[in-house]
Amino acid sequence: MRNRNRVNPTLLRGLAQARYGRRDMLKFSGLAAAGMALSACGVAAKQQEAPAAKDFWEGKKETGNVRFANWPLYMDSDRTQLKEFTKATGIKVDYREDVQDIAAFAGKIQPKLANGDSTGYDMFALTTGIELARFIALGYLAPLDHGRMPNFTRHAGAAYKDTAYDSGNKHTMPYASGITGIAYNPQFVDREITSIADLWDPAFKGRVGMMSDAQEIGNFGLLVNGVKPAESTEKDWQAAADKLKKQRDDGIVRSYYGQDFVQPLTNGDVWLSMAWSGDIYQQNAEEGTDLKFVIPEEGATLWTDNMVIPVTSEAPVDAIKLMDFLYDPEVAASLAEYITYIPPVPAAQDVLREQAKQASGDDREALTALIESPLVFPTEDDYAHLHSYVELKPGEEESFTSLFHAITQA
Amino acid sequence: MRRKLAPYLLALPAWAWLAMFFVVPLAGMASLSLTSGNVITGFSQTFNIGNYLTAIDTYGEQIARSLFYGLSATLICIAIGYPAAYWIAFKGGRHKSTYLLLLLLPFFVSFVLRTISWKFTLSDNGIVLGTLKQIGVLPADFGVLNTAPAVILGLAYNFLPFMVLPIYAVLERMDHGVVEAAHDLYASRVQAFVRVVLPISLPGVFAGGLMTFIPTTADYVNASVLGGTGNTMIGSIIQTQYLVNNAYPIASAITFVLMGVLLLGIFSYARALGTERVMEVQAK
Repeated sequence: MRNRNRVNPTLLRGLAQARYGRRDMLKFSGLAAAGMALSACGVAAKQQEAPAAKDFWEGKKETGNVRFANWPLYMDSDRTQLKEFTKATGIKVDYREDVQDIAAFAGKIQPKLANGDSTGYDMFALTTGIELARFIALGYLAPLDHGRMPNFTRHAGAAYKDTAYDSGNKHTMPYASGITGIAYNPQFVDREITSIADLWDPAFKGRVGMMSDAQEIGNFGLLVNGVKPAESTEKDWQAAADKLKKQRDDGIVRSYYGQDFVQPLTNGDVWLSMAWSGDIYQQNAEEGTDLKFVIPEEGATLWTDNMVIPVTSEAPVDAIKLMDFLYDPEVAASLAEYITYIPPVPAAQDVLREQAKQASGDDREALTALIESPLVFPTEDDYAHLHSYVELKPGEEESFTSLFHAITQA
Repeated sequence: MRRKLAPYLLALPAWAWLAMFFVVPLAGMASLSLTSGNVITGFSQTFNIGNYLTAIDTYGEQIARSLFYGLSATLICIAIGYPAAYWIAFKGGRHKSTYLLLLLLPFFVSFVLRTISWKFTLSDNGIVLGTLKQIGVLPADFGVLNTAPAVILGLAYNFLPFMVLPIYAVLERMDHGVVEAAHDLYASRVQAFVRVVLPISLPGVFAGGLMTFIPTTADYVNASVLGGTGNTMIGSIIQTQYLVNNAYPIASAITFVLMGVLLLGIFSYARALGTERVMEVQAK
């Protein structure tokens, strides 16, 4: 999910055989490990209390090495920002693009965390959603020591501090954010798309793409019914599911996509689809396509890829240093330039603006487009239309996901 | 004494491997499939048969669909693979190994990439359909992608070599004299094939059938890449239940139901074709 789409992610995953192999291994080793852990004790992970921040950080020392698992294409291949970090602090970073599917990644490390073993990573990316909520509830994530996060305190944007999913940033620091909205291909859609209800229009029968993820599609079912996901109740979920079921049964949906909606949209297999902002921005920037991305009038959702430290991290001090380093506006700006998703540091826009002034020609044009794009730097008005995800209490996720998986996995 | 023990000792690694990676996880999963609870509060053993009822009740449709897709793909593989194996074995001459290599060559590429390339091929305005639409053979809104046929074709394509190779192995070993004998006894070419070659090659077809039917039925890549809104196969459901929902008990129960159904199908199939001959060909 949230892959940078400089290369079509589906193609990338396929092309990079080793990568697929690894991803596959993740899945299977996750399954096997889960099976072993479960069969060994007969009982799976149980809730444990996360340690208090003071207790956790007491006596922790810098080790000089930190292992960071992140999404592919979430940093340039030179790892520019990490080199700067090593130069500034002397801490070496072992950066791995091991997070290729949240569920598979979480499934792989969960049994280790349940046993109190090292995951092999000192920090990793985890997207807002069920897995993150579960890890917080299970006490797997280290409490952050805000005394060690000066850049974050100074530069993090209001929308990324004190979030709905982690009030007071007890466990998470955002890495990048994106919008789930609607994208459409004007070659095939001859009117302006402005609302989620357009995804139910019989005129687009068989030409609509929806997302297969229970939360993504659930959010849209709620929004089209005029319900804010974060305030929704079980009754609203049922109504949303009914609405989405009707959309499917009427033959309007062509397919439910995981993250591979860009290519069908470009080809015309689907004409309009639920989509992530950054993927559309990249597709247009790289391949010169003219896909439109809209934040519909009912609203869209804002999701965040967070950096977290597992309680079993062997180098939490190094990890939190790196996390905070990425909040330096200069660093955040150079990251955003590559990722083209929303940086959690608003000051990055000013840094890029300065750079654009000094640049010329194509560079200047590209930078200006980036700065002005509401997909990378949403306006106040855009933020007003962006909703956070459904807050699922422990135990609720099962009824929520089964409700929506019954639609996407029929 | 030592000499008698040697074969058993030599087989020890294989047994240990099986026990470690098959028997233990299987037993663990069997136990897990009868538990209740969730991942937050933990799972406790309650001998909850209800998991199996839920599995069959909720996902019976996907199981049946997977069997149907698997069977269809296997039949297509036989229809395409048998003539191919026959041709390579009997007409391939000294280039046999080249043809086999050509057959296998696409399979050096990752499974997922092959499936995704089908997505490009089958796209509404792609190379195949786009061209056919331009010359007016197909109506403009015709599509294959995201339908059941797309999934079945994808499965058949991805597992074709598993059908061709066993059939080829049997045919290649066949004594050609028996066909000549059939002709000497005034059998027509068709008769010689139906009454001599085909029965000899059946164990190969059986082995190929198993090697395509089982993995195609459990596959989850093709349906999610090439399927549409009503083409989910049971493999995707199991994956979602395990990894996304962490609903280990239900996922394990579905796995066992699927395994039971597959075993049942295989045993009746073996019965129909005669097990002895089958075991024989497996042993060779």
